[in-house]
Amino acid sequence: MSAAIEVIGARKMFRSKAGLFGTAREVRAVDGISFNLQAGGVLGVVGESGCGKSTLARMILGLLPMTSGSIRVDGHDLSSMDRRARARLIQPVFQDPYSSLNPRQSVADIVGLPLAAQGDMPPARRRERVMEMLARVGLSADHASRQPSQLSGGQRQRVAIARALVLRPRIVVCDEPTSALDVSVQAQILNLLAELRAELNLTYVFISHNLAVVEHIATEVAVMYLGRFVEQAPTADLFRAPAHPYTRALLASVLTPEPGAPIPDVGLGDTYPDPANIPPGCRFHPRCALARADCATHDPAEVARAGRKVACVLAAA
Amino acid sequence: MTVLEISDLHVRFGETLAVRGISLAIERGQTHCLVGESGCGKSVTALATMGLLARGGVRTAAHLRFQGTDMSGLDERAMARLRGDKMAMIFQEPMTSLNPAYTVGSQMAEVLRRHRRLSRRAALDRAAELLASVGITAPGLRLGQFPHQLSGGLRQRVMIAMALLCDPELLIADEPTTALDVTVQAQILRLLQQLQRDLGLALLLITHDLGIVARMAHRVSVMYAGEIVESGAVADVFLRPTHPYTRGLLDCIPVPGKVAPGVPLGSIPGVVPRIRAGFAGCGFRDRCVQAVAACATATPLQQAAADHAYLCRLPRDWTRAAA
Repeated sequence: MSAAIEVIGARKMFRSKAGLFGTAREVRAVDGISFNLQAGGVLGVVGESGCGKSTLARMILGLLPMTSGSIRVDGHDLSSMDRRARARLIQPVFQDPYSSLNPRQSVADIVGLPLAAQGDMPPARRRERVMEMLARVGLSADHASRQPSQLSGGQRQRVAIARALVLRPRIVVCDEPTSALDVSVQAQILNLLAELRAELNLTYVFISHNLAVVEHIATEVAVMYLGRFVEQAPTADLFRAPAHPYTRALLASVLTPEPGAPIPDVGLGDTYPDPANIPPGCRFHPRCALARADCATHDPAEVARAGRKVACVLAAA
Repeated sequence: MTVLEISDLHVRFGETLAVRGISLAIERGQTHCLVGESGCGKSVTALATMGLLARGGVRTAAHLRFQGTDMSGLDERAMARLRGDKMAMIFQEPMTSLNPAYTVGSQMAEVLRRHRRLSRRAALDRAAELLASVGITAPGLRLGQFPHQLSGGLRQRVMIAMALLCDPELLIADEPTTALDVTVQAQILRLLQQLQRDLGLALLLITHDLGIVARMAHRVSVMYAGEIVESGAVADVFLRPTHPYTRGLLDCIPVPGKVAPGVPLGSIPGVVPRIRAGFAGCGFRDRCVQAVAACATATPLQQAAADHAYLCRLPRDWTRAAA
């Protein structure tokens, strides 16, 4: 079986200038990422702000050109496709349903826009498809004529999901889809995304800073640090036995609701990762409690074992 | 000793009732968490307590006592003297509360010169001392920097140091870690916990995150639609949640290992109502599977245990009957 989506060596460099007369610096936002995902899978991508996870999402969506690398969907290279063909395969759901929906359009127009842009469906048929989709995401027919400002945050995110699915794409890239929502609404949206995936055999790339959310929805998890995946494994394996020290720190920082339990000491110190200044050797070594002398000079290769990939000298031993 | 005592606080903005008769007390050395979803009135409660409501907000209360004196009659000048001195507040986004045009040092010194009449030199020395006490290395360097030169975690540490400048008795923290990465969040929460223990602060911590509540709070008040619907010692409320909203909320949060793959999370249907003048009955009834006709009128405050109250007509053992 071939992968639904395959990303090979994706890289993105930005040039940034520090100050008015500063010298240009190179920011390696995404620094060589590869993965493949079977149809129906959910890859959860977790990491701190600035690790490059949203840049990765934007490259997969074709919103940012890659500096190098390639992306294939069902074996077809995306670089040879025009925007319409790409839109039929990959669709986004973004974090903030307040800014990602046009405030002057009705819900029906917003959800129908991807169909209209394809230009091959008569309006009556389009309308039918939109109404079907709205019902499928739990909105009623009278929501169709409303504008986003008349909807709650959860309802807006349902509109965004309907718009993403109306073309029946293969892949949905969800970038922090529940981060702006309250927990009771977050649960509704996560349940809806899980149902739709099973029903429509969708494949998700699900980007989040919230490990508990990722544990719930993902079949595989990739932990991203300064532009690279440092660990990638099936969800249950990763949560049961995290191998990379950074993965362990992230897991330790999840505050489960156990009354009286302490606030964990994550042990990452107070240096912060800076993508404009990636350290030599292992990029995580300045924050790693287990770093050895050679970690400062030797960039660890990714080691694959039993369905898991880890980039750490300790895991390779 | 009770540091803050709020009794029957109401806040309205025009026709909208944001806070509807809440009461709570915080003891010295205690953390009281106010938890709820957006729009429940938790931030408005904090702002009303500090006398910082936006224009158009109207506050009434039976009393609002700070260290025994009622603040509800104080004029703006007297409140300004208390704020930043005996009571301090930190917000979610430190960038909005720090002045981008001044260095960290001059902003911190300004507070001490105003409230404590210190000289500039003495104020800067005290500021450096406090930056060190909140875990900032090289405090001398940070004093000369502007807020935009600091990372999010550092800015929040600076905010905490500023709040502590005048040795407050009460610290109100409104979502202090929501804008931060989880790894930094843990560091900031540890810092708040340690300062609270060392200084005997009364801490009113406002958050939407039940994980933070569980680990930080001595007592918790759960807010919904402007009311406290359940309150008590944190272990009682988390281990024996009695209000249907509290139970629903606890079921909604994903916890690693709690729910098997493919099984949906618990969720609360519907959305938070907007409460207008003249509203009667339980604010949660439209989303509550236990609701009956009587919920449109009666919401008695009942005791689930000696020190554990909930605002609902259901008997305290209803969960056993429902199971």
